[in-house]
Amino acid sequence: MSVIEVNNLTKTFGSFTALNGINIEVNQGEVFGFIGPNGAGKTTTIRILLGILKATSGTARIFGKDAWHDAVEIHKRIAYVPGDVNLWPNLTGGEVIDLFVKLRGSNDKHRREELIERFDLDPTKKCRTYSKGNRQKVALVAAFSSDADLYILDEPTSGLDPLMEQVFQQCVLEAKQAGKSVLLSSHILSEVEKLCDRIGIIRQGEIIESGTLSELRHLTRTNFVVETKEPITALHELTGIHDLEEQGQMLSFQVDAEAIDAVIKHISQFGIVKLESTPPTLEDLFMRYYEQRDEHKAGGAS
Amino acid sequence: MLRSILNQTWSLVSFIIRRDRLRIPLWLIGITVITLMIPIAFDDMYASQQERDTMAETMKNPAMIAMVGPADFDNYTTGVMTAHNMVLFTAVVVGLMSILLVTRHTRSDEEEGRIEMIRSLPVGRLANINATLIVLAVVNILLALLNGFGLYALGIESMNLEGSLLYGATLGATGILFAGVTAVFAQLSESARGTISYSIAFLLIAYILRAVGDVSNETLSLISPLGWVTQTEIYANNLWWPVILLVGVAIILFFLANYLNAIRDLEAGFIQVKPGKKHASNLLQTPLGHALRLQRTTIISWAIGMFVLGISYGSVMGDLESFFEGNEMLEQLLMAEEGYSLTEQFLPMLLLVMAILATVPPIMSVNRLLGEEKKNRIEHFLARAVSRTQLIGSYLLIGVINGFVMLSLTAIGLWLAAASVMDDVFAFGTIYGGIMAYYPALLVMIGVAICLIGCLPRFTSFVWVYVVYSFLVLYLGGLLDIPEWIGKISPFGYIPKLPIESMTWTPIIVLTIIAFGLMMIGFVGYNKRDIEG
Repeated sequence: MSVIEVNNLTKTFGSFTALNGINIEVNQGEVFGFIGPNGAGKTTTIRILLGILKATSGTARIFGKDAWHDAVEIHKRIAYVPGDVNLWPNLTGGEVIDLFVKLRGSNDKHRREELIERFDLDPTKKCRTYSKGNRQKVALVAAFSSDADLYILDEPTSGLDPLMEQVFQQCVLEAKQAGKSVLLSSHILSEVEKLCDRIGIIRQGEIIESGTLSELRHLTRTNFVVETKEPITALHELTGIHDLEEQGQMLSFQVDAEAIDAVIKHISQFGIVKLESTPPTLEDLFMRYYEQRDEHKAGGAS
Repeated sequence: MLRSILNQTWSLVSFIIRRDRLRIPLWLIGITVITLMIPIAFDDMYASQQERDTMAETMKNPAMIAMVGPADFDNYTTGVMTAHNMVLFTAVVVGLMSILLVTRHTRSDEEEGRIEMIRSLPVGRLANINATLIVLAVVNILLALLNGFGLYALGIESMNLEGSLLYGATLGATGILFAGVTAVFAQLSESARGTISYSIAFLLIAYILRAVGDVSNETLSLISPLGWVTQTEIYANNLWWPVILLVGVAIILFFLANYLNAIRDLEAGFIQVKPGKKHASNLLQTPLGHALRLQRTTIISWAIGMFVLGISYGSVMGDLESFFEGNEMLEQLLMAEEGYSLTEQFLPMLLLVMAILATVPPIMSVNRLLGEEKKNRIEHFLARAVSRTQLIGSYLLIGVINGFVMLSLTAIGLWLAAASVMDDVFAFGTIYGGIMAYYPALLVMIGVAICLIGCLPRFTSFVWVYVVYSFLVLYLGGLLDIPEWIGKISPFGYIPKLPIESMTWTPIIVLTIIAFGLMMIGFVGYNKRDIEG
C-alpha cells in the first residue's frame, strides 16, 4: 500500500518552475531517500506534501487523502522535522516539545523523557541559547516521541554531531521496524545509503532517477582493480570502459553495468592474479548525474 | 602590570569610534535637535509671562509633577519651563543611549565571541571595558557641550550661559552615570539581553522612585539618580552639586565594573540564569495559548502604557478651562459649540486620539501572525494537526479582545484621574461610552489587517498607513479646514463625537458588518494561499 503518492506534481512561483511534473511513491514500512542538490526542489515537494504550499497542478496524496484539502486530518498521523528549525527564543526546549506533541494530538511522556536522554538535550534552556544542532534535537524529540505513521524528515541531521547522528539513525530504524514509513531528504549520502530502501534523485525540479539502491547501481559503473600475469592489451578499445589508470602492475578502471561480462572475458585471457570490484557508492552515483548534467550543459553551449 | 592589562586600549577606542561612526553622531544630533527645538517652540507658543503662568498652573498638579518633576512655579520663565518639561525626559533618553552603546561594546561583543578574538591578540584584559568607558565619557562630554552652548546660542532672554551649561552638564553626567551602571550589569549578567533588561529596570526604578518622592517624600527622590537631575533648578538657582554627585557615583561604578571584570572568566557572569520550565503549561499547548504567550509582555506593556496615558490626560482636565482661554490655536481646533464647556468640547478630540492609539496594539497582535510566518515558525503548526482557520482565528481573537481591553483601560485611567482633579466630574458612562463607540472602527482596522494577511501579505504595512492617515486627517482636520469627505475615508470619521453629538447607531452597525466581512475575506484568502515560511 502506498503511503505517499505524488503524481505529475508541478509548482511554479511566478515564472520560475520549481517542480516540473514529479512522481514519487512511498510504500508502507519503507524508508524513502530523497536526494538532490540545494535548490533542486526537495523542500518545495515536502511543503506541498504538508499542505503549506498549494500545488500548481498534479496531485499529492498521503494515506490516500489530498495533501492540501485534508491537511489537518493527515497531520494527525505525521511527524515532521524541518532542516532549518526556527524556534521561539523565549520558550524553553521542553515547552516547545510539549507544544509540538500536543498539537499533533498524542502524548507519550515516557517516550519524551527517554528521547531527551538519548539525544542529550537540556530541556530547561531557552531556545535562544540553543545551537543549530540543539534546535534540531528539539524537533527530532518532538517528532519521534509522537506515535506517527509517517515521518517526513527534511535534512534532519545537518547540524548534529556524529554521535547524535547515530542516535538519529537508530530512531529511524526503530520506526521502520515498527512498520512506519519515512521520507528522508538528505545531503549525507552515507546516511541515505545506510537507511533507505528506495531512493529518488531530484534535479532542477525533476525526478531523474528512482528505485532501490541496487537498481540504481545497475544503471551505473562498477570500479575494478586488476593485476594480471601478462600486461593487458587493447582494453581501451572495448566499449564501456572509463577512467583507465595504470598503477605499476595494477590497472584500475570503471565499467558500465552492461559491459561487465565482455570486459571480464577479455581480461581473463591475461591470467588474473588479483581482481577487486567495488559497487559504486551513492556518492559516485550522485556525482555521475552531476557530471551528466555538466556534459549536457557543455554540449548545449557548443 | 597596569600597563599590560590595559595594553592597546587606545587602539580599541579608535576601533569603537570607527564602528559607531554613524551611530554616535546620530544619537548626539537627535538629542541636541530636540533640546534646541523645544525652547524655540515654547518661546513662540507662550510669549507672555501671563501665558506661561497659566501653563505653570496646569503643570502644578501631582500627576504632572510625578511625570516631569518639581519646578519654581512662581518664576516660570521660558528657561525654567524648558528645563522643567524637558531635562528629565532628555536625561532618560541619554541614559538609554548609554545603556545601548555600552551593552553593544561589552556584553554583546562578548556573547558573540568577538571579545574572544580580541583577547587572543596582544590586548590587555581590561582594555575593552576601559575603551568603551572612555568613548562613552567623551560622547557624553561632547553632548554636554553641544547642548549647553547650543541652548545659550538660541539667545533667549531667560536662558543664560551658566544655566545652559548646567542643562548640558546634567544630561552628560546622567549619560556617564548610566554608562557606569550598564558596565557593572554587563559584568553581572551573562547575556546582552540581561544587561539591557537590568539596566533599563534600574532606569525605570530610578524614575518611579523619583516620581513617588517628588509628590510625597523628598528623601525618596534623593536616593534616585534621576531625582538628582530634577534638583538642579536650571535657569533659576543653578545648583551644580547634583552633577558632581552623578559623576562621582559614575567613577565609583567604573572602578567596580573594572574590578568585577578582572575577577571573572570570559563569558561568565555573576547572576546565575535560572533554568526554565521543563514542561509546557496546559495553556501554552494550544495555538491560542501559544500566540498569547508570545505577545504577553507586549500586551501587558501596552496595557500599562494606555492606562498611564489615560491618567495623564485625565489629570490635566481640571485646569483645561483656564488653559484654553487665550490659546487661539486650540480654540480653533475645537469648533465652539453652544451649551458645552470647553472641557466637554475637548473630550471628543481626546477620545478620538486615544481610540486611534488603542488601535495600534491589536493590529500588532494580528500582524504577529505574518511575522511568525516570515520567521519560518508557522510550519510547526501547519505541519501538525492545526488548521489555518484555527491559527488565524487565534490571532484574530487576541486582537479583538486586546482592542477592547486597551479602550477600556484608557477610559478607566482617564476617568479615575479626571475624577480626582475636576470639581464637576463626568459620569463614568460618558467617558467609557464615548470611547467604546470607536470599537467598531477599531474592528474595521483589525479587519483590514486580517484581510491583508490573508489576501495580500506583502502589503500588510498598508494598515499602518491607514491608521496614520486616520490620525492626521481627523486630528488636524479641524485645524486645517480639510473637507469632510477626506475624513470619511477613515472608519473613525463615521463615529458620533460623544458627548457633544448624539448617539447614532447606523454607522456603528454598518462598520461592524464591514469589519466582519473583511475578516471573512481574510480567512478565505489565508486558507487558499501558500505559506511563505
